Amino acid sequence: MERIIFYILAFVIIAFAVASVNSRRMLRSVVYLAFVLISIAGFFFLIDYNLLAAIQLTVYAGGIIVLIIFSVLLVHHIEMRLEMASIAKRITTAVLCLVGMGVFIYTIHSFEFEMVENTKSTTTQDIGDRLLSYGDGGFILPFEVISILLLAAMIGAIVIAKGTKLMDKNS
Amino acid sequence: MNYAEILLIPFIPLAVFLVLGIFYNRIKPAVSGIIGVLGLLISTLLSIKVAYQYFFVLGKDGGAYQAIVHKTAWMNFTETLRIDMGVLLDPISIMMLLVVSIVSLMVHIYSRGYMKGDPGYTKFFAFLSLFTFSMYGLVLATNLFQIYIFWELVGVSSYLLIGFYYTKPSAVAAAKKAFIVTRFADLGFLIGILIIGFYTGTYDFELLNDPQGSPLLSWAASSFFGMSVLSWGLLLIFLGGAGKSAMFPLHIWLPDAMEGPTPVSALIHAATMVVAGVYLVARLFPMYYFVEDGIILQVVAFVGAFSALFAAIIAITQNDIKRVLAYSTMSQLAYMMLALGVSGYDGEAGLGYMASMFHLFTHAMFKALLFLCAGSVIHAVHSNYLKDMGGLRKHMPITHITFLIAALAIAGIPPLAGFWSKDEILAAVYEKDMLLYTIALLVAGLTAFYMFRIYFGIFWKKDPEYATTPHESPATMTIPLIILAIFSALAGFVPFGQYISADRIALDVHINVPLAITAVLMGIAGIGLAWLFYKKETDLPDRLAASLGKLYTWSYHKFYIDEVYLFVTRKVLFKRVAEPAAKFDRQVVDGTMVGIGNSTVRTSEKIKAMQSGKVQDYAMAFVAGVLVIVIFFVYYLTQ
Amino acid sequence: MIEDVSLYEILTVTSILFFIGVYGFITRKNLISILISVELLLNASVVNFVAINKYLYPDVLQGVVFSIFIIAVAAAETALAVAIIINLYRQISSVEVKDVETMKY
Repeated sequence: MERIIFYILAFVIIAFAVASVNSRRMLRSVVYLAFVLISIAGFFFLIDYNLLAAIQLTVYAGGIIVLIIFSVLLVHHIEMRLEMASIAKRITTAVLCLVGMGVFIYTIHSFEFEMVENTKSTTTQDIGDRLLSYGDGGFILPFEVISILLLAAMIGAIVIAKGTKLMDKNS
Repeated sequence: MNYAEILLIPFIPLAVFLVLGIFYNRIKPAVSGIIGVLGLLISTLLSIKVAYQYFFVLGKDGGAYQAIVHKTAWMNFTETLRIDMGVLLDPISIMMLLVVSIVSLMVHIYSRGYMKGDPGYTKFFAFLSLFTFSMYGLVLATNLFQIYIFWELVGVSSYLLIGFYYTKPSAVAAAKKAFIVTRFADLGFLIGILIIGFYTGTYDFELLNDPQGSPLLSWAASSFFGMSVLSWGLLLIFLGGAGKSAMFPLHIWLPDAMEGPTPVSALIHAATMVVAGVYLVARLFPMYYFVEDGIILQVVAFVGAFSALFAAIIAITQNDIKRVLAYSTMSQLAYMMLALGVSGYDGEAGLGYMASMFHLFTHAMFKALLFLCAGSVIHAVHSNYLKDMGGLRKHMPITHITFLIAALAIAGIPPLAGFWSKDEILAAVYEKDMLLYTIALLVAGLTAFYMFRIYFGIFWKKDPEYATTPHESPATMTIPLIILAIFSALAGFVPFGQYISADRIALDVHINVPLAITAVLMGIAGIGLAWLFYKKETDLPDRLAASLGKLYTWSYHKFYIDEVYLFVTRKVLFKRVAEPAAKFDRQVVDGTMVGIGNSTVRTSEKIKAMQSGKVQDYAMAFVAGVLVIVIFFVYYLTQ
Repeated sequence: MIEDVSLYEILTVTSILFFIGVYGFITRKNLISILISVELLLNASVVNFVAINKYLYPDVLQGVVFSIFIIAVAAAETALAVAIIINLYRQISSVEVKDVETMKY
């Protein structure tokens, strides 16, 4: 049962990813991306990381997609068709990517992973403890760093998006 | 003797040069002239004081004058080989100090009148001071390297002053010529210095000149093409001296150097700088004498004799009075070289050395006087050429009398200065070699002839049509003339042998009466001939010139030496050597370099399309590169 | 751990997703599309982290924690990118890559 669900998810992910990078309409492209992200959230549920799935849904499928849609709506006409790269370039890139894919998959399949049998499910508390512990294997420092990074990104985004025109008004 | 006082002698002119040079635009010309004269006056007084103290108080020790040396090490190469900076006081350096001081002071005073109204007035005095400083440094040098440094400095000053009227192309050409010819000679000098430094292990004059010193005894150590290496070194040093003193065949720059202002000609190209070559040989005289039994001295003697005759013959036919004086200077310098060349070292044998220095001293006085008189005349008639002059004795009495004194002095008429020194030279040469003596005697006659040729040409003859009546020069110019005339008249009575001799032991000098009478008769004959030819307008000179034919034309064209040089440089050096070299440089060397540059440009034109500025292109290249590296390392290398 | 699904299959899917992202990144001509491609790349790596954590080291949670960080960084990156895009649009009225090539030559 889970196997079938996995294959469905994998198919949805790949199909919508391909659609997303090939669509000539901006908004559709974003919506396809949203499907990909949601499918990945489904995959997280499947693999029994519920917190991660929730984060994926809220931050990615909720926040980031909305941001991108906003920017699309701000800078594009809805009917506008995107300009595509030349055929030659697309084929070259496609060949390049297929080769890379082949190399990756071949490498992965030729490597013996030491699987560990377990059915233990991870709770949100485990992740929270790990994130905030300052002991061995704790992530309190990166956690703080990432919060500062987010703050800086927020300020930076505001400053950049404000542009010079608004700044002139202030002065 | 106070070391600081001696140091002040050269450094006051240097200070004057710096002050005048730095405040060039702010100083009024009148002030700059006074600063220059005052600075040199102090130096002159100090020189006289030093000379008095040296000759009469401190210098003598055990019957001989001792060198007094103050020096500090400047550069150390090995234990013994080092370059010092300092002052060396011995009879000849002090004699030169006096000559430089007096002539330079006179020229400074004279220039205040001569250069009046010239836009480069301040610059002129700055350069004069620079020259005087360099000349002081040269005569006081304690070692070969120090003398070389100041040697080049006087060369530079000479270059600057010859090219003083830098808007005149001929002056610029003359300055370049003087610089290049003397530079060429100085190359020999430098190589000679290096050879001597290498083989004797010292540059110091006192060590080099010590007859018992080890450097001199080492001459036999190694030989090269039949002469000892030290002889070659001395020959090369003589080459440098010959360049500065305008010996044949390096004399070509001196006549052209007359493009400079006349006071400069008097100071640099008659009295001081050009005698530096003679001074250099005299400075190293013991070395010249003792290394390989004086083989190089013979060269010096023959070069001197030939140059003396050669220059005297050319001087007869020139029409530019400054050029006549220039060739006369060359001839007299050659006389001094000749005297050095025939001199011995001890006692009576050292007569030539003493005579040479004596002649240097008297010549500086009367030749400077001649030039200054010529300057005065040129100032009055605004021309250098004899055809524009005549009858000036009525208009310029002081110049006339002083010129006459100087001309009689150089002709060797007693009791003027030139008689005494010239007589000593003739006596010294007579004892050594009859051929050289004959030449010297002939030159003495020729000297009297050409000198009185221009004397009669300037002051007698009938007046040409003067645009404005010439008048006597101002007092600033005539006073130096009078002072120098007094020196020219009386310098011969200095008992020179008492002070200066090769071995520094006082030498009693006697007049050799038969030789003296011969020389004076020769001089009088020259004067008489000139009187006959040039006192009145006659066609005698032209007839003589016609009868001499080729000889006259050759002499008039200075024996075509300049043309030979031009041929050698233009046709041979430039065309056969320089042009192919330039071609090679342009086409092969430059071609390679330009080719490298061009191919780089072409390649970059081709590949710059890769720098599209699009991140995606870069990303594609990046991905492709990563894949290649991954495939290569992971699959190819691990197989 | 998913029943009957091996790590190989999951990694195959993420590899494919990754190279689809690369393809999009290189071929798209629009800044927002490029941003979308970058999101695909990031997601591929997130899934990789999670899957390997789950299959190979279920007791340590590094992979999960890293995934959270990646998502956070992606959010920051997207915010900044959107800000830049909007500013750029204000200045040159275009978000096409071809109009933004001051780096050229």
